Amino acid sequence: MKPRRRKNVASYVALIPAFIIVVFAYLGTMLWTVQISFTDSRLLPSMNFIGIRQYERLFATPRWIISLENMVIFGVGLIFVCLILGFLMAAALDQKIRFENTFRTIFLYPYAMSFIVTGLAWQWILNPTLGVQQYVRNLGWTDFRFDWIIQNDKAIYVVIIAGVWQASGLVMALMLAGLRGIDQELWKASRVDGIPAWRVYLNIVVPMLRPTIITSVVLLSLAVVRVYDLVIALTGGGPGIASEVPAKFILDYLFGRSNIGLATAASSVLLVIVLVIITPWLYYEYFRPERAKGAK
Amino acid sequence: MLQATSTPATAAALSGPSGPRPRSVTAGRIGLYAFLVFAALFFLLPMYVMLVTSLKTMGEIRMGNIFSLPSEATIEPWIQAWNSACTGLNCGGIKVGFWNSVRILIPSVILSIFIGALTGYALSLWRVKGANLLFAILLLGAFLPYQVFIYPLVRIYSTIGIYGTMTGIVVTHTIFGLPLMTLLFRNYYSSLPIELFKAARVDGGGFFQIFFRLMLPMSTPIVIVACILQVTGIWNDFLFGVIFAGRENLPMTVQLNNIVNSTQGEKLYNVNMAATILTALVPLVVYFISGRWFVRGIAAGAVKG
Repeated sequence: MKPRRRKNVASYVALIPAFIIVVFAYLGTMLWTVQISFTDSRLLPSMNFIGIRQYERLFATPRWIISLENMVIFGVGLIFVCLILGFLMAAALDQKIRFENTFRTIFLYPYAMSFIVTGLAWQWILNPTLGVQQYVRNLGWTDFRFDWIIQNDKAIYVVIIAGVWQASGLVMALMLAGLRGIDQELWKASRVDGIPAWRVYLNIVVPMLRPTIITSVVLLSLAVVRVYDLVIALTGGGPGIASEVPAKFILDYLFGRSNIGLATAASSVLLVIVLVIITPWLYYEYFRPERAKGAK
Repeated sequence: MLQATSTPATAAALSGPSGPRPRSVTAGRIGLYAFLVFAALFFLLPMYVMLVTSLKTMGEIRMGNIFSLPSEATIEPWIQAWNSACTGLNCGGIKVGFWNSVRILIPSVILSIFIGALTGYALSLWRVKGANLLFAILLLGAFLPYQVFIYPLVRIYSTIGIYGTMTGIVVTHTIFGLPLMTLLFRNYYSSLPIELFKAARVDGGGFFQIFFRLMLPMSTPIVIVACILQVTGIWNDFLFGVIFAGRENLPMTVQLNNIVNSTQGEKLYNVNMAATILTALVPLVVYFISGRWFVRGIAAGAVKG
């Protein structure tokens, strides 16, 4: 075989670190995790295969079911609110606003901070005896209540509030970039035709922003599946297990409760969920036959 | 400011009306600013509350009113947070975590960017068999939940003796930073004019020669973006720090959470808030200094280079 012009042994040498990482740290560990989930491993991994019994146990565990429910509530809430708030902020900033830079900086700065900081900041504000609730009571409304953080059925919404505070700036930045990419002629034309601005936004601009919206949804979904630090810092999964999430469930069973079989089964479920969401998008974004240019 | 905004209006007045021009003060405009101001308040509120709380005495905090300015501001909580805040038995202050984070940050950032640049360069400019497959798995890896990899990694680390060490946490950040770094550099190198690369080849440049003498020196813009992403990302990490760093090397985020959510003793809210702000300081400084670069970075990381 004739060697290709740009082929070079050195290029393979250079890829050794990446190759090792992909094979051992990604593929190997992933398969290993899935394999453990079919055994009866507890404190230490065992090779005693028991089929899908860990999965049956997992879905019979109320705490796991609560985690999944919370992930769905958090996910729907976070994505929905972030998209709307992010879009509104971006659209507002796109109106030739004074102090645009200042507003943009303020909207985005929480994104630079860690989930731990975000969680602790909101834990403090939402603390019923010292935070907003007490403040309003001191003002005279003595039976005012805003103690979601210690209520079983509301705690997960507190996580949404903190999550929105952290992430909606990111959506704003992405949307603003999208809006700036829209041809100014569109606005002139619509003004000439006398179409109200909100209709232009709803019927033309939002559909044009579809790629940006999809990207935002993918990024937010990723944060939803991974959400861990925020819950640790904000509610600690409590009260009780009311704001438990899958990522925290897995780590608790892995290290705290030494129930490796159950934890890896839970990881595998999470893995399948993400693969189902992400694979079509990745293919569409990077590996689609190079017809529609610009995607690279 | 004033001059700049009044000029167009004056000009219009002088030349007379020439078709409808948007009036500067309308109900819609006021609503727009009202929305922006309310949104800004929502985003500033936690920072404001943390800041004023960190400057109050505990006595004043117990009196209530989290929104009021401190009656007599004190920086004592800040000193305490830095020097002597307690996590369980250790009372060395948040500075212990700060220096741990710095020690984790520097090698992790350098190593992850270097390997990412090298991988991106090999994948974009050289014909490598299986390049697409490697890239696809890397990309997928960027999106999978970390829980899938963690337990086996702990086992591998224990076997080779780096579990709970500085090496362990640096390797972890390099592993999980690789997908994004590769993506950034691959896209950047593909966007450079290919003639440049061909010319270097014709001049007899080898793989590493071209990389070190041509590509790396040309990479400044993307290296800046990569630095911003990695510095903020690694500084803000909690999960890897808590699992892989070992008790001696816990990063600042982990130590902060231990201080604030520790169940022992009286909760010193002012000290906790000061510690929280101190932890947020590094990424915030990066954010304020880098400004547009930061946005470019997250956009590049989020969408495509």
